[in-house]
Amino acid sequence: MVRKLKKALSGIYVTLIGILLYAPILVLIILSFNDSRSRVTWGGFTLDWYARLFANSQIMDALWTTVLLALGSAVISVLIGVPGAIGIHAMSRRGYRAFMLLTNIPMLNADIVTGIALMLWFVHFLPLGFGSVLLAHITFNIPYVILSVMPRLQTMNISVYEATRDLGAGPVYSFFKVLLPQMAGGILSGFFMAFTMSMDDFVITYFTKGAGINTLSTMIYGQIRKGIKPELYALSTLIFIIVLIILTVFQFVSGRRERNKTYKERYNE
Amino acid sequence: MSDVILQLDSISKKFDGKDILKDFNLELHRNEFVTLLGPSGCGKSTTLRIIGGFVKPDSGRVLFDGTDITNLPPEKRNVNTVFQKYSLFPHMTVAENIAFGLKLKKKSSKYIADKIDYALKLVNMEGYGGRNPESLSGGQQQRVAIARAIVNEPEILLLDEPLGALDLKLRHDMQRELIKIKKEVGITFLYVTHDQEEALMMSDRILVMNKGIIQQEGSSKSIYDEPQNAFVADFIGESNIIDGIMVKDLLVKIQGVDIPCVDTGFGTNTPVDVVIRPEDLEVVSKEEGFLKGTVTSVIFKGAYYEIKVLSDGYEWMIQSVNPAPVGEVVGLTVLPDNIQIMHKPASDDEEVVRDE
Repeated sequence: MVRKLKKALSGIYVTLIGILLYAPILVLIILSFNDSRSRVTWGGFTLDWYARLFANSQIMDALWTTVLLALGSAVISVLIGVPGAIGIHAMSRRGYRAFMLLTNIPMLNADIVTGIALMLWFVHFLPLGFGSVLLAHITFNIPYVILSVMPRLQTMNISVYEATRDLGAGPVYSFFKVLLPQMAGGILSGFFMAFTMSMDDFVITYFTKGAGINTLSTMIYGQIRKGIKPELYALSTLIFIIVLIILTVFQFVSGRRERNKTYKERYNE
Repeated sequence: MSDVILQLDSISKKFDGKDILKDFNLELHRNEFVTLLGPSGCGKSTTLRIIGGFVKPDSGRVLFDGTDITNLPPEKRNVNTVFQKYSLFPHMTVAENIAFGLKLKKKSSKYIADKIDYALKLVNMEGYGGRNPESLSGGQQQRVAIARAIVNEPEILLLDEPLGALDLKLRHDMQRELIKIKKEVGITFLYVTHDQEEALMMSDRILVMNKGIIQQEGSSKSIYDEPQNAFVADFIGESNIIDGIMVKDLLVKIQGVDIPCVDTGFGTNTPVDVVIRPEDLEVVSKEEGFLKGTVTSVIFKGAYYEIKVLSDGYEWMIQSVNPAPVGEVVGLTVLPDNIQIMHKPASDDEEVVRDE
């Protein structure tokens, strides 16, 4: 009896948490199909907002800018962050600690401080615009790449690199053939992390973008005064679904890798 | 073709201001099994890494077949290494691992396939070519690592404590197997270990190292039977090392007792270190022994008893097939042949004996 009650209670608790977390998003999704501008009355099902969304050049421009920024900053952060991580990993213990601290600070620092600081810096040297936002995003993305690559480096057996050299490979060949494949998982998760962080950012983008360009977040912010159009519900729904798909695939892939690992460990000495 | 394949010419190396190798010299001959034996931090692994090309010496030269290769990167040297941590490429199969070096040398695929078969057979791993390295046991991984090194036909194979991570039984099997492989391929093996038993069993020649200096060099037997200083005696097997005075040729005084020995040339009344192996001491009645002492402990060790006898403040260790009564006064004897006399080092730093 008590057991039954316990089970029921815990079920209710979990359901409640689920509702609190996802009900708002569910409402958003429902509203995106609502054939009415009202937020409280259901006017029937429609795909009209989706059609309007794709016809709205302002939103499409902002979406394009956002994706381009996310992709560009993620790729460049990986290109800078991965060699950086390798370098920091090779440092002495003290150097390693100092540089990991330097890496952590920008992540913990308030966005507004980073945003204003970068803006002050940029206005002296280059026109605010896509270039300055890209630079800003690269700046805050590099630490995420370093932090996701570092654990891979730490578990990697460095004598594997020496083994390739020993077997006749030059340093460049060794890096691409042996080190990089082993770091691939860390690099991929670093890339996705950077991508999401860039997509997500509002504060730093807001301070460094200047006039003329908008990402989704700054554009939506600009529209709040005029009232948010239902097209944006449609857009948010699409973004949510895309993120959900990426996350599911990622879980599936890494989950399978984990299972393989335990299997291997069982047969290892 | 000279018999010397590799020469280290007065190599010195410091790490963080600390001497790892000091004016180190070494010659390796063709088809020889040489072991560098010493405690961790003695410079043995650094020596190996200098030969492999992973560490540059601060001074001195590495000569391979008479040519200076000191500044040659590892990939240009005709030596291969078997690393302590296996270091197989986890994203390649066993066969791909073995083929790695050959592919870089642009060998034909027929040649590579033949070599893989040969190597797998050599290390007793036939049929494992398609396996993933991580699905293999530690011993199997190390076999693959050996195969991967050997297919490149190096003139010297460097082995850096390759059996260190294996359990005792497996280690013994692999030791025998390594000797077999060495005979089959007929190249020079330079082996690094801190395990004296392993060194004694496998090597043609052992170099006992400590503090970046060769303490003694010789065959397994000569190193075990005639350690030249207290470090070697202590490191190789278990020993009783005690102060003595060489009264004259053939007579040494230990704990105030004159005991006949076979050593000569130490002068008269010279302080010396005396080494007696535990298995060479015999427990007898107190009237018969040179030395008298009280049995403090007896431990059964399987093949023998380990007996400790306290005599004049020194605890002698004895290995005997017969136990002795604890607490009783007994005598100890030793054959003159089994007493090893060593010069006292003049200072700590001079714990060095060179063969020449």
